[in-house]
This record gives sequence, C-alpha cells and structure tokens, in this order.
Amino acid sequence: MKMNFITSLKCSFVLVFAGFAMQVMATEYGTIDLVKSNIHFTSKLMGSNLSGDFSKFSGKVVFNPDDPEKAKANLTIDISSFNAGGEELQDEAKSKDWFNTKNFPIANFVSDSVKSLGNGRLEVHGNLSMKGKSLPLTMTVAYQPQGKQMVFDASFQLLRLDYGLGSGNWADPSAVANEVPVKVHLALNPK
Amino acid sequence: MNNARYNPFSVAIHWVMALLILTTWSIAIVVGDMPLSPERIAGISWHKWLGVTVLFLVIIRLLWRATHPAPKLDLKMPIWQEKVMTLTHVALYLLMFAIPIVGWLMSSAKGYTVNYFGLFDLPDLLGKDKVLGHQLKEVHELLANVLVALVGLHVLATLKHQFIDRDGLLSRMSFSRSNTRK
Repeated sequence: MKMNFITSLKCSFVLVFAGFAMQVMATEYGTIDLVKSNIHFTSKLMGSNLSGDFSKFSGKVVFNPDDPEKAKANLTIDISSFNAGGEELQDEAKSKDWFNTKNFPIANFVSDSVKSLGNGRLEVHGNLSMKGKSLPLTMTVAYQPQGKQMVFDASFQLLRLDYGLGSGNWADPSAVANEVPVKVHLALNPK
Repeated sequence: MNNARYNPFSVAIHWVMALLILTTWSIAIVVGDMPLSPERIAGISWHKWLGVTVLFLVIIRLLWRATHPAPKLDLKMPIWQEKVMTLTHVALYLLMFAIPIVGWLMSSAKGYTVNYFGLFDLPDLLGKDKVLGHQLKEVHELLANVLVALVGLHVLATLKHQFIDRDGLLSRMSFSRSNTRK
C-alpha cells in the first residue's frame, strides 16, 4: 500500500512534469521580432565581397515545435530598403536593370510545405516572387529557442539572373557574380 | 662626372613602381566620371588591385631603402635645391604609402571589402560609415593630386639635370651608365 502510494505519487509528479513540459513545448510562435530579425546577402563584384541587407520586411510565420511540419511562412520584403555599398550602387540597384522597385516594390516568399529533418532542422519548400517572377525555393532552416523566442536561421543561394536582376551589360557574371548567398535570421515571439 | 648608381634592386623597384603608379592613377582618371557599370566595377577593381600592389612594394622598398643608403650625390647644386630634393623624395615615399592606405580605409568605410585579384579578401579596416567614406575619398584624391604634382616636379628636375645641366643625374637610376653623361 505504502509502496503503491509512493509509486503513484511519483507517477503523478511525472505526469505533472510531462504536462508542464507539454505546455512549454506546445507554445506556438507567430509574430516576428523585426528588431532582432534580419535578411542579409552577399554580392561578389570582381571577386570582392559586398554585403548588404533589406532592413524592411514583414510577414507571418506560424510555428509549433510540437508539429514543425505544419509551420507556415509568408514574408514580404520591401525592396526599396536595399542597403549595400554607396549611394550610386543603391540607386543602380533600384533601377530598371536591377530590382526595378518602381514596378516591383516588394518580394514575397510563401512556404508551401515543411519537412522536419530532426535535430532542430527543417526543410522548407516555397516560392519566392521577385521582379514579376515566381520560382520555387528550398532552404534548410535551423531553429532553437532563445529565451522566450524561437530563433530561425536559414542560408541559401539565389541566382540573380533567374529573377532578371542585372539586365543589359550587367548580365555578364564576371563583374557581378550570378550567385548571391542569402542569410535570413528570424526571431519569433510566442503567440 | 662619376655618379654612383643605385643598386639594381632599387633601380628596378623604382621603375616598376613608377609604371604601376602611373597605370593605377590613369585607371582612376578614366573610371572617375563613368556611371556605375560593369566596366566601372572592373576598372575600380583593377585600380584597387594595383594600388594594393603598390602598398606591398612600397613597404619592401622602404625596408630596402632603410638598409641600403642612397649612393653619394656628387653634384654641385645650391643647398636649397638639395633640400627640396630630399623633401620631395621623403614626401614621395610617404604618399606612396599613405595613398593606398587611405584608399583601403575609404573602401572599407564605403562598405566594399578590398580583395587582391579576387584571390583573397583584405580585412575591413573600418565599419561602414557613409560620411567618413566620403571624407576619405576627398583625402585620397587630394593626396593623389599632391603625388601627381610632386612626380611632375621630380620628372622636371630630372629633365633639367639631364638636358640643361648635363650632369648625368639620371644615370643614378639606370641599369647601365647613361650615354649623355659627360
């Protein structure tokens, strides 16, 4: 009887802890902490690294670590917040040959499926629309809790010419490389 | 007159650097007014690559010069001319060192990492700072203009010695003895 009581006490503790853990684990994350999040890219000009970022973006990310494959992301990037190099380069980047921000002010990424790779890693499939072109994009995303937030890091490579970035004599990749490594860092607040 | 010559290494590095500096400067002049284009990027890249080469070479040259004194100058000239000559030479050395450094600082401040022929990156000396980048550009150009003026003086003085004084000064900086020497 006594043993049973202790055992059941243990059991209930375990249950309570499990329940508590479930509660913590089940936290859903939704709003993006824009101060802590950033979108970085690197362009190579004649082999020389030029790093930059898009400082303005918004969107919705829904993520539950219990059910990561149900995660959804929809990000909108304000292209005019392009920031790299000097003034003339900024102006050039917004011009018709490059992003053509007048006609295409935003880029948009929408996820359509998420596969869990385990170990806090996801494979996110989606579409990136930019300058009137929508192309599939797959990226590996690592996530980990940081304080109350869930932090995501993704790095992938875009080919600028796929999106018609750099037309005319800019199309030559020897001056500006076609490959553009991109790094996305997102911090999500609990819902 | 029997003017001693600089040692062959000094002579070689003098002329190689003269050619390099002239090329680097010419690229800057050509590229200066060009709108942003692949050609401008290529030009600026070559300007930086050659400029970094000048920096490497001037360091070697200064170390060499510090350990290998110039041959004795056996010419009759007014004291003030000798003073101007020494000052000009010191200023040329300083500028050959300072201009690439300021260019590197300027590039860092403007947010462009300097690399060497696409082989490796040089460290960024400064964080990105638009205002500072612009100021450094002004300094880079000002120093380059001073260099051009001093190189002009240097060349004119040599020509005067060669063709007016006919004292064979130029032979100090040549691999073999000049024929115009008296």
